[in-house]
This record gives sequence, C-alpha cells and structure tokens, in this order.
Amino acid sequence: MKAKFLIPLLLFIVLVVFLAIGLNRDPHEVPSPLIDKPAPAFEIAQLSEAHQSFSPASMKGQVWILNVWASWCVACREEHPVLVDLAKSKMAPIIGLDYKDQREDALAMLAKQGNPYVLSAFDANGRVGIDYGVYGVPETYVIDKAGVIRFKHIGPLTMELLNKKIYPLISDLQKP
Amino acid sequence: MKQILAIALCMLSFGFSFAKDAAPLADDPVTEQRLISISEEMRCLVCQNESLAGSRSDLANDLRREIRTLIKEGKSDEQIRSFMVERYGDFVLYRPPVKPITWLLWIGPFVILLIGILGLLTYLRRRNSAVTTIALSDDDNKKIDALLNNKNEREAS
Repeated sequence: MKAKFLIPLLLFIVLVVFLAIGLNRDPHEVPSPLIDKPAPAFEIAQLSEAHQSFSPASMKGQVWILNVWASWCVACREEHPVLVDLAKSKMAPIIGLDYKDQREDALAMLAKQGNPYVLSAFDANGRVGIDYGVYGVPETYVIDKAGVIRFKHIGPLTMELLNKKIYPLISDLQKP
Repeated sequence: MKQILAIALCMLSFGFSFAKDAAPLADDPVTEQRLISISEEMRCLVCQNESLAGSRSDLANDLRREIRTLIKEGKSDEQIRSFMVERYGDFVLYRPPVKPITWLLWIGPFVILLIGILGLLTYLRRRNSAVTTIALSDDDNKKIDALLNNKNEREAS
C-alpha cells in the first residue's frame, strides 16, 4: 500500500533525470556521420603557395589532424595557442583548412599569431567544408594512416581535450 | 560562447540580408520549387530552429546553392537527401528515418500509451472487484422500496 504513494515520486524523478540530461547537452554538438568513414577527397590550392595544391591523399600513411579555421572566426583565435602547443608536441602534422576566408586576412592572422600548420588549404567558397560537414568553425578532425576520420571536435580545442582525448588517440593510432 | 556566437552570426546574417539584394532565384521556377520543398524539410545547423529554406545564415545559403546545383545535375530528391545526411547526419532531417537507433523515438510514445491503458484497465478491474455484491432477500427489497417511496413522498410534499 505504501509503495503506491511512491510511484508518482519515482515518475517525477525519472522525468527530472531525463530533463537534466537533455538540458546539459549542447544542441550544437551534432554527432558527425563522418566518423569511421574515409576523409572526403578534395584538391584545392594552398593558402601561402597559391600555385600549389593540397589533397588529403598525400597524407596517406600518417596520422594527421585537419583543423578548419578562418581569420574571421573569433573562437579560432581563442583556440590558436592550443594549436601551437599541439604543433610543438610534434605528435602529428596539422593541416589547416582556411574556410571561406580572404587570403590576405588569413596570412596576416598567421603572421601575427604564429603558424601551427604544416600548410593550409584555401577553401574560398566553402565547398570542401560542406563535404566535411562543417557548420561551426573551428572544427578539428583526427585522421588515421588509412585516411579514415577517427575523431571530430566542433568548437575550439582546449588543453584538457588535447591531454584527455587527442594525445592518447594519436599515440594509439600511430601504433603499427 | 558557441551559442552566443551562433546567435550573433544569425543576427549578423539577418542584418546583411537587408543590405544585399534578394538572392538570385534559379533561372527556372521548377528548380526553385523543388529546392523549397526539399529544404523546408531540413534543419539549418547554424540557426537550429529554422529550416534550411527559411534560414538566412551563410551556411544555409551555401547549402541551398549546393542543392540547386544537384537539382540541375538531375539528382533525385532521395539522392539530395542522402547527400545532406552523409555530411550532417540524420539531424538535418525534420523527419528522422525509422532505424534501430530511432525506434525508441518512433515507438516510445505508443509504448507509454499502452502502459497507461494497461495500468488503467488493471486499476478499474481491481476497483470493480473491491465492491462486493450482496444478494438481497425479498425482505430487504421491501425495506428499500419503502424507504425510496418515503423519500419520494417527502420530496413531493
């Protein structure tokens, strides 16, 4: 008999738990369907060497990081020191994808803030970004030796994320 | 931070759209009609409460341009939808497809309804059996009639 009175309370607790989980999730972090899929191929001009092109196929055989950025993106500036740290660790080469940007602005930003990228591909009209499902710059992809996307992060990288997730993942992927 | 940025972007693109001329429509109205019917069923990922057809964000503009190109290439609606889903996931669709991961979403409400109906039925059945039926003797019936008649007379007077 007593247990009956507890039923509404239990239902209420279940409801609260669901709402608490729902409200604490960031609706902008949409799981990417590209995880464990081959990185989409493209071939576009580089940022600093406009006459040279870059294609992900040239990175086959090594673990690498693709970072989508732009000079107009405020969060990218916030993220920049973390990328510089990541580059210094020499764990994996970072390739930039300069997304819907002006060449001069992008080069000026790199000159001012330091260039963590081995090179940046210049995606002037955002077409490559669409293939990678980019919707909120900055975005970061970890791509394995076979050219498969293993991890994607939307929003600025943090030191915590590097230490907890990205460094262990890279060393894991680099094992032969 | 990200939300603020997204809101700022939405507002910014809203402001810009007044400064710009209306985005050029495709040359033929048939393409435009198909573009609208496809993109109304899709979510804009930047301004998540808007459809791709209605959003003024830059990304939505680019995606509409992309869909327009696909239509001109003669792709079917299904092919265009899978083009979007391959890149942005089922989240872009306002009507998520029925598959194991969305079963709970589709069937869940009906399961809860069923549980409710079963609960109600057992409750009603239990309440019914709680009322014990007593066999009345002729004597009892006469007493009842007398009482009822008595009551009726009083009300009449």
